[in-house]
Amino acid sequence: MKNTSDQNISKIKLSKFLRPLITFLISSFLLYRIYEVVFIRQQFTPDIWVRFAISGLILGGMYALIAIGYTLVYGIMFMINFAHGEVMMLGAFGGYFIFELFNFIPTPTVADPDLTFLNSQPILSIILAFVAGVTIAGLSGYFLEKIAYRPLRKAPRLILLITAIGASTALQNLAMLLFGPTRKNVINPMILERSAGWSVLVSGKPVLITYTGVFSLVLSALLMVALYLVVQKTKLGRSMRAVAQDKNTAALMGVDVDDVISKTFIISGMLAGAAGVMWDIHMGLVNHYTGFLPGIKAFTAAVMGGIGNIPGAMLGGILLGMLEAVGPAALGIDFQLKDVIAFTILILVLIVRPSGILGEKLSEEKL
Amino acid sequence: MLKVEDLHVYYGAIHALQGINFELEKGEIVALIGANGAGKSTSLNTVSGLLRPAQGSVTFNGEVLNKVPAQQIVRKGIIQVPEGRKIFGRMTVWENLEMGAFIGSDRAVILQDIDSAFSRFPRLKERRNQLGGTLSGGEQQMLAIARGLMAHPDLLLLDEPSMGLSPLLVEQIFDIIQDINEQGTSILLVEQNAQMALAIADRAYVLETGKIVMKGSGDDLLEDQSVIEAYLGGH
Ligand SMILES: Nc1ncnc2c1ncn2[C@@H]1O[C@H](COP(=O)(O)OP(=O)(O)O)[C@@H](O)[C@H]1O
Ligand SMILES: [Mg+2]
Repeated sequence: MKNTSDQNISKIKLSKFLRPLITFLISSFLLYRIYEVVFIRQQFTPDIWVRFAISGLILGGMYALIAIGYTLVYGIMFMINFAHGEVMMLGAFGGYFIFELFNFIPTPTVADPDLTFLNSQPILSIILAFVAGVTIAGLSGYFLEKIAYRPLRKAPRLILLITAIGASTALQNLAMLLFGPTRKNVINPMILERSAGWSVLVSGKPVLITYTGVFSLVLSALLMVALYLVVQKTKLGRSMRAVAQDKNTAALMGVDVDDVISKTFIISGMLAGAAGVMWDIHMGLVNHYTGFLPGIKAFTAAVMGGIGNIPGAMLGGILLGMLEAVGPAALGIDFQLKDVIAFTILILVLIVRPSGILGEKLSEEKL
Repeated sequence: MLKVEDLHVYYGAIHALQGINFELEKGEIVALIGANGAGKSTSLNTVSGLLRPAQGSVTFNGEVLNKVPAQQIVRKGIIQVPEGRKIFGRMTVWENLEMGAFIGSDRAVILQDIDSAFSRFPRLKERRNQLGGTLSGGEQQMLAIARGLMAHPDLLLLDEPSMGLSPLLVEQIFDIIQDINEQGTSILLVEQNAQMALAIADRAYVLETGKIVMKGSGDDLLEDQSVIEAYLGGH
């Protein structure tokens, strides 16, 4: 008894004095550093900053789509689905193979004897790539839950967490076995040429806004709006919220809880799959490892926005993309360290504000 | 209509129901009374399919429900209004009612049912866009009952509807229960407030630590000396 009350006292001390102190120290250090780099050294001109910000926004849109999946699943099962990044990777492979296939189908014309289906029907190709990626990722999410998580419905959450990490590794290795370990270059239809775009002048210098970037960003935004409408306005969305709030009472209303959990995994998977195909189109490279970093970063984004909170995941995703793109320059560190920024943010959020920007508490017991 | 026979239910090693029997005929109000921890909620949750009996059976209109999942039992016409109301706190009053109509598919009927819920409970109409979690206890109980009625129950299971309410509200709730019953819904009422429950019940069972120790008509039990001493404040 005495022991626990001692622990309580130290917990109160941590939250009352230590946390604000740490927060204050870290933020003043960061602010000073940013001030020094940005305003004293003036290493970068405004057009460069704009360029960073744009690429961060595009990346952030993809993170947001993946982050929503973490948050939906957490909201309903109180588990972190660490295999979610791999679901995105499988979706990316779906899109990649459609582009490969269509680039293999000749549709020669007089003007261009080498024309392939990919470029004679570019819009259809893009749509089908998304259909394939979204379907594969949705199915992956469905089977992941059904095979790996459902048998553990009554098990302690730590067991689920470990299973999720195992599933992540298993799916990565499965993809490596099936598709080989090398990185594959994704061939886009010509209308989404990666180096093409609109050029805008920022303080007299041109900044390229790529078509692929605008395409990804617009599509991410549309999908987020669509998801929001599904969750808020449809019967399925209502039953998802009901199950998240109270499974037994939802069942007393006639909701099939297992079915809603399945559908939550399918929707999460579909959004991740769409992000995967965007990744193909915008980044141009895919292999079995493609989902790993975006997965962990989207998880960070979900925690930053407040895990379990859908607008939080969207906000967190965009914010993380921006921080990652602007961060190294603003802090005056090596650009190779951009990945470290995400993980540093994760640790800082957990120390400074574990509940995230908009969300509920991510405590040990809930993890 | 409902028949519970030799029901045994466990929570791990805890033997919560130790072979109870009770039944309910169509149109009746049957009360299940007993002290805290007697096993009243366990009984209702087993009928609803949230808990599974280790032994014995629950039969509804001749069909054994032991293995029927909870969401299917709802579709057979048994609706539970759970203990503590269990309103969806982050949904509006309107959305809570829509959840109650989850098994319905005809939009026009659902809208009509919401209308009749609002005329029965005018307070809910005023607050239809308010989040369930912000309602007072009495309003939540009304919402819980209204939500239960949205599914057109043949049998309504009410778990301590008077819990935590002022005497005036308790009167009101019991009037509503009687009214619902008069319109043709059978009611299985679980209460610690034995006085009120027995007054409106056709028949009642007294539950004590997982066993039924007494049964009879509501009026008989109201006058029974041992019931008075144990549950009615012994005057
Ligand atoms: N979830 C549970 N886990 C373990 N024991 C429980 C649980 N729910 C109820 N019990 C036990 O089962 C018995 C009956 O509980 P309950 O049906 O809730 O009683 P009542 O509704 O009559 O107050 C009590 O001894 C209670 O402690
Ligand atoms: Mg109870």
